[in-house]
Amino acid sequence: MPCAEGSRVQAYFDGEVDAVAAADIERHAEHCPECRALLAELTELRGRIRRDLEYPRAPPQLRERITRMLDEETAAAAAAASPAQPRPAGRRSGSPAWRTRPFWLGAFGGVGAALAASLAFLFLSAAPADPLLDDVIAAHVRSLMPEHLTDVISTDRHTVKPWFAGHVDVSPVVADFATQGYRLVGGRADYFDHQRAAVVVYEHGAHVINVFTWVAGRHSFAERTTRSGYHVAFWRVGNLQYCAVSDAGWDELLALVRLLRDAGASDAR
Amino acid sequence: MDDKRGRFEALVMPHLDATHRFARWLARSSGEADDIVQEAFLRAFRGFDTLRGGDVKAWLFTIVRNCHATALKQQHRRVLVPLPQEHDEQSGSAVIAATPDPESASIERDERRVLDQLIAALPQEHREVLLLREMEDMSYREIATVTQVPIGTVMSRLARARAALRMKWLQEVEGEPRAVR
Repeated sequence: MPCAEGSRVQAYFDGEVDAVAAADIERHAEHCPECRALLAELTELRGRIRRDLEYPRAPPQLRERITRMLDEETAAAAAAASPAQPRPAGRRSGSPAWRTRPFWLGAFGGVGAALAASLAFLFLSAAPADPLLDDVIAAHVRSLMPEHLTDVISTDRHTVKPWFAGHVDVSPVVADFATQGYRLVGGRADYFDHQRAAVVVYEHGAHVINVFTWVAGRHSFAERTTRSGYHVAFWRVGNLQYCAVSDAGWDELLALVRLLRDAGASDAR
Repeated sequence: MDDKRGRFEALVMPHLDATHRFARWLARSSGEADDIVQEAFLRAFRGFDTLRGGDVKAWLFTIVRNCHATALKQQHRRVLVPLPQEHDEQSGSAVIAATPDPESASIERDERRVLDQLIAALPQEHREVLLLREMEDMSYREIATVTQVPIGTVMSRLARARAALRMKWLQEVEGEPRAVR
């Protein structure tokens, strides 16, 4: 017979309970084999779904169609606003060139995007998982050497976030959790898995925490790994792979992971 | 110059991939998903002025889901096309050839197809909460907004969806020794 706490255990697994309730549920699960098994099942199922399901991009033709549709809507609204000078849709002299580019340009772009996507896919699927873990640890250790920690030094996320735009391939969550004890120190570009990854650096007490972000491949990573004395936590948001590395304790590291996940959920991707 | 258009491009367009993914899972067909998403973006653009802050993604997903419901009503369901049989260019056969171990690669691809099919076979009310939670990483509150049911219903549907998928997975895959991991 299933334990009556199953529903709360699921809410705990989904990060929907506060710290007090979480501690309560953890204590309960220690003594309840039913709930421990449920947690293991939930973890396995989520791992399988996030690893195996495709995250396809929208077809470029659809993007084109929507852009054209928005052009027409914008033009119709402009015509309605100034009835003295009615302009036929699609013949607006003031509209930027990119909005009226021929459709074949879009088609060409689509082929390029598809090619790039399949190339990226080949590279990603060919690389085994473990060397990547070593790379992450190595990058973390390297960052601790003098002058290697950050490329952009700032405690202001509005400085760090835009910096990434020109330097890496992803736009990671950047937030300052100073009030929770995790101080934003800056950002850095690194190279992983054949792409430019973003690294956001936090300090927690004496500990440095590097948070790496890159476009997720086919690898599955254990949610928690300890290697060479460093704790490594992996998680995924949409098509982004996040990885936090530190010599801080598990509780401290996972607290930051939770904060980042929450920030990521509210951050428009 | 055109403030509404600019804000729409900045706030809504980044969700195109995610909404298309969701529409594909709802409609179980890529072509229908295109139409649903286009209609949804038109409605979103027209109603964009009514959006005051708030959660853009959940708002947009709600519109997509409504568009799908409308499309369902209009055209009685035609032949059901299972999603995995119409893979896009990205997952072409070249992938198998490039993988070092073709045998294990094909087992992996089999398992992926089975997972796709099992999820596609779930009833919509289970499928959508599961995908919004696991793929889109939405909170219970966001899922409740999108599916227009109370949070308690989201939780019970999610539990049932997970239990059903797990049971079917065990029936489907664990029976085959080579597929056990």
